Amino acid sequence: MDNYKGCVMIYAEQNNGKIHPVSYELLNKGGEVARKKGVKLIAALIGPMEIDENELIRRGADAVFTVKEDDTYSFPDENSYANTLVHMVKEVSPDILLVGATNFGRSMGPKVASLLGCGLTADCTALDVDEEDGALIQIRPAFSENILAHIKSKNFPQMATIRFKEFDEAPINEDHEGEIIEVSKPVSMLQLVEVINEIKTEQVDLVNASVVVTGGKGLKSKDDFKMLNELATLLDGVVGASRPLVEEGFLGKAHQVGYSGHRVKPNLYIACGVSGAAQHIAGMKESQYTIAINSDPSAPIFNVADLGIVGDLYEVIPELIKQLKGE
Amino acid sequence: MNIVVLVKQVPDMDTVKFDQESGTVDRSSAGKEMNPFDLNALEMAVEIKESIGAKVTAVTMGPPSAEEVLREAISRGADEGILLSDRFFGGSDVKATARTLAAGINYIGDVALIIGGLQTVDGDTGQVIPEIAGYLNLPHASSITKLVDVSEKGITIETDLWDSTYVKKAKYPVVLAVTKEVNSPRMASFSSKMKAKKAEITTLKLEDLKELTAEDVGFKGSSTFVKKIVVPKATNRQGIKLKEEPQIAANKIMSILKDKKLLEVQNG
Repeated sequence: MDNYKGCVMIYAEQNNGKIHPVSYELLNKGGEVARKKGVKLIAALIGPMEIDENELIRRGADAVFTVKEDDTYSFPDENSYANTLVHMVKEVSPDILLVGATNFGRSMGPKVASLLGCGLTADCTALDVDEEDGALIQIRPAFSENILAHIKSKNFPQMATIRFKEFDEAPINEDHEGEIIEVSKPVSMLQLVEVINEIKTEQVDLVNASVVVTGGKGLKSKDDFKMLNELATLLDGVVGASRPLVEEGFLGKAHQVGYSGHRVKPNLYIACGVSGAAQHIAGMKESQYTIAINSDPSAPIFNVADLGIVGDLYEVIPELIKQLKGE
Repeated sequence: MNIVVLVKQVPDMDTVKFDQESGTVDRSSAGKEMNPFDLNALEMAVEIKESIGAKVTAVTMGPPSAEEVLREAISRGADEGILLSDRFFGGSDVKATARTLAAGINYIGDVALIIGGLQTVDGDTGQVIPEIAGYLNLPHASSITKLVDVSEKGITIETDLWDSTYVKKAKYPVVLAVTKEVNSPRMASFSSKMKAKKAEITTLKLEDLKELTAEDVGFKGSSTFVKKIVVPKATNRQGIKLKEEPQIAANKIMSILKDKKLLEVQNG
């Protein structure tokens, strides 16, 4: 495996045997970094037996290192995954290790970094290669996205987690060739957390929604989300909520838009009674078109709205619903 | 049973002022508070204490003034507070912070359960808790949304991972990172605030943490460094702002939706 020493390694996350799209985004960005450095691009895949690693090769991996077993890897136990990835990193010796900043990656990544004793930069939104020393420049927003910190590592591997949906997926190239190398499972693992079962929960796909209708503090009661739901349904969209409403229990965390919730990039974002705190704007400013409805003309949300309606959402939204229904 | 809750004092991020010129946060511009996620970690520890009996120690790293956050933790149900404070700890990245806190936990000794918030609202890396688990060589669970069951033998929780919810059961010792969904933190009573004012806070310095040297902590013990800070231009793309009767406002929205072809789905 010496011929892969110094490579760029990406952790190819899979969920229940299905490769997570963040893995393809990492292949895209990691591939760009590997080409700049003139090194190979490797995917590390850990999971149950059923997974197909060829998709990773078609998306640009020069090799896929896999550890597959049903018993250990059918559930998301970050501990056994971290031990396995550490084992692979020690075998391959990559210069750079990239992990997707999903809930799972944000938990497993730091475990891997601490077991390797290396540094780790969280939630990067850009990567670059330093022209002077070839080091990885890890760029992450900090303080509610008020600044972008350019961070470098003092030791190897240079490790970072990368935000989901930040980069395009690597395109499919049927002609791209690569090898699949099976690695044995590490002998001892820190696997004391036992996963008992999975509870299927209702999932809200805020991140991929093309229309998001969000309620903020201007909403008087939990019941009023019915009105926003109706509007969202008419536009084939989903309902979001600002942080204060999630904290009040109006809607679940899955609906939260903002820096500490989900970052959305819909074609249309309708902010209803949202004041527009920096932490909220960080989660929606990349929307294609933003409409804000707020009775306070000085609300900061108007600074990022393409169309601002100064008015009572309890009057404007019912009227809009009426017009959408063609009444 | 010993429980450690990790807490951090953070600026109130809703009011803190930010200097776009220098790229720095003016920490004096806003009040300080306990990191909101840590309130949930503390509440979980106190609930466990009430259910099966435990001693809850709040641990933080920071300047001497960070003892305020430990007093707040005591007013909300912690039994003791330990402050890790030393000029050697300055400039710590995630790794150096995690190693220092892990050494503080080892100093307490015989800890069954270590609970922290999923992330802080100022640093916002969400990495410190899993790294502490790594440096303690303990298993951890993160994204915890519910405490299902706890006994003297172990703990069962629900976690939000892989776009689903998984029930996990762990034996002690274990490290847990909780979300804000896990519980509703209680308020401190007046009498508990008075008690917290008088509580003794233990301060530990580098020399107290025998497993670490000056090479392991602070800037020297960090594996990452900030090369530069870039201040992006403030987002401002205000378009039209209208103050109209609801019907006219709704008309305007409708015409925009049509222009932008955002009604395609409905109109076939």
